[in-house]
Amino acid sequence: MSGHANYDDAITTDGLVRRFGSVRAVDGVDLRVPKGEIFGFLGPNGAGKTTVIRMLITLLAPTSGKITVAGFDVMEDPVEVRSHIGAALQEAALDDKQTGRQLLRLQGRLYGLTGRQVKERISELTGLVDIGDAMDRLIGTYSGGMKRRLDLAAALVHRPDVLFLDEPTTGLDPISRSRIWEEVRGINRESRVTIFLTTQYMEEADALADRVGIIDRGKLAVQGAPADLKRARGVDLIVVRPDGDVEKAALALESVPTVSAIDAHDTELTVSTSNGAALISTVALKLNECGIGVRELTLRTPTLDDVFLQVTGARFRSAPGTGDGSVEEENPPRA
Amino acid sequence: MLAVSRGTQVMARRAGFFRDVFSVGERAVRSVLRDTETTIPAILIPVFMYALIVGALQDFAEQIPGMNYRAFQLPVAVLFAVTGVSRAITVVTDIQSGYFDRLVITPVNRLALLLGLMLADFALVMALTVPVIIMGAVTGVWFATGILGVLAFMFMAGLWGLTYAGFPYAIAFKTGNPAAVNISFLLFFPFLFMTTLFVPQEQMTGWLSRVADYNPVTYLLAALRSLISVGWEPDVLLKGLAATLAVGVVSIGLSLAALKGRATRR
Repeated sequence: MSGHANYDDAITTDGLVRRFGSVRAVDGVDLRVPKGEIFGFLGPNGAGKTTVIRMLITLLAPTSGKITVAGFDVMEDPVEVRSHIGAALQEAALDDKQTGRQLLRLQGRLYGLTGRQVKERISELTGLVDIGDAMDRLIGTYSGGMKRRLDLAAALVHRPDVLFLDEPTTGLDPISRSRIWEEVRGINRESRVTIFLTTQYMEEADALADRVGIIDRGKLAVQGAPADLKRARGVDLIVVRPDGDVEKAALALESVPTVSAIDAHDTELTVSTSNGAALISTVALKLNECGIGVRELTLRTPTLDDVFLQVTGARFRSAPGTGDGSVEEENPPRA
Repeated sequence: MLAVSRGTQVMARRAGFFRDVFSVGERAVRSVLRDTETTIPAILIPVFMYALIVGALQDFAEQIPGMNYRAFQLPVAVLFAVTGVSRAITVVTDIQSGYFDRLVITPVNRLALLLGLMLADFALVMALTVPVIIMGAVTGVWFATGILGVLAFMFMAGLWGLTYAGFPYAIAFKTGNPAAVNISFLLFFPFLFMTTLFVPQEQMTGWLSRVADYNPVTYLLAALRSLISVGWEPDVLLKGLAATLAVGVVSIGLSLAALKGRATRR
């Protein structure tokens, strides 16, 4: 099946809304993901990521709005969409009582592959799954990392145009996570598969995605290339951990020239400026003048976490390996 | 590094209804063979019930002229064997693990997701009639209709098992709750106890006799018993078949509606 080949954007959504009762879980999301791109969809738990992905892969109907995937309208041609997408959903949705080979064979058959094609694809994908003899073991005996890799293989069995990965590394140890990252890059590079990746980890999106979108409380707060978003956040950030009241320290620094923004959260301040190297000593002196001790003073470039803070007013905290992506409510940015 | 890109053309297409049913059914048969803990009770319970009921009531019941109580109870044993046997709990496991979503986002025919499981159920319930028939033979019960009658007995019991399986499937697809599925067997009790479980209908009186008139299991038991004790009675067999199919229309209808609700985007 060649599909609807004449499309530039692998995924588009226009005014996408999904309500659950009176709650607008997804609230007017407009997305454009060009063919061949890795798109990182970021947000904390409950932000609406999974709801969006479930609408994109035909599992959930939108309340309103339009979606196209691989050039097909999701509401009008769901079967065509299903034929052109692969998905590895949260928590490796597998059947523990089948072997890896049996699971891939069933996937291949349900996608209409012939017996010979199924055999060939399993042989090819075994290289991706990289679990050796375990392919003929029950999936229930696999480690978390092996399950995720098998899940990925199952999503690729029919060579989809668009691959959806819903938090593919949540709960994995750093080594397993980096292997999955490597596989994702390889799939995109070698097959030009468009990849839509949701994640709770900013560093994951930073490492993998050509562009990212940040969703917060159902709304798409910002989208763009990570480097562009970080550049827009400011050239340099000075992070101050004062020995005392953070609010007082923030007030003290408001009058410092060339400071473009000050974000206070927890026990630290983030000062945005166009030239951090020139300003860092001024910051230290100003705090000293005001009688505020400094425990730590560092200069760094912005991260996606800083972008998230700027657009949502909250610091996105994730603890890789724990599966806990959460938002810490913050004071809104001052500038 | 990866061997995923020897071609970039999407290979997916609809496999076709029968291939989908066969693919889903093959997985279900494998799970039957692995889940022996769910089939062993289906063998032991009928043996226990047969021994219990015959042991307790045989002398009393055989005061009825012409009554062979062991032959009378063999169809009851087979219903205990085949009723409630299904892969419905697999459906619940798939829903809870997210594997059901993985199946639903393939181009698979939705109906095949149920019929494939039922294919495996039918094979299993047919197999479960065999130990009951052997138990009957060991206790001196044989079929007046011969080998063909044995096959008809297996088919009718299997068909009942299949039609009844619609109820646990409906509950599984509707609720996704293992506890709800596990208690679906309780639905069978009114079917089984408000009928000619212990004595022929002529011996029953009052409201229970009236209820038995409307209970489809009454006609199914009558058909199964006729195959053992009487011979080929087309009208009795047809009534048994019709009663079974009537239950099937309800149960399969409910399960299809529940499947539609589960597999359709909401």
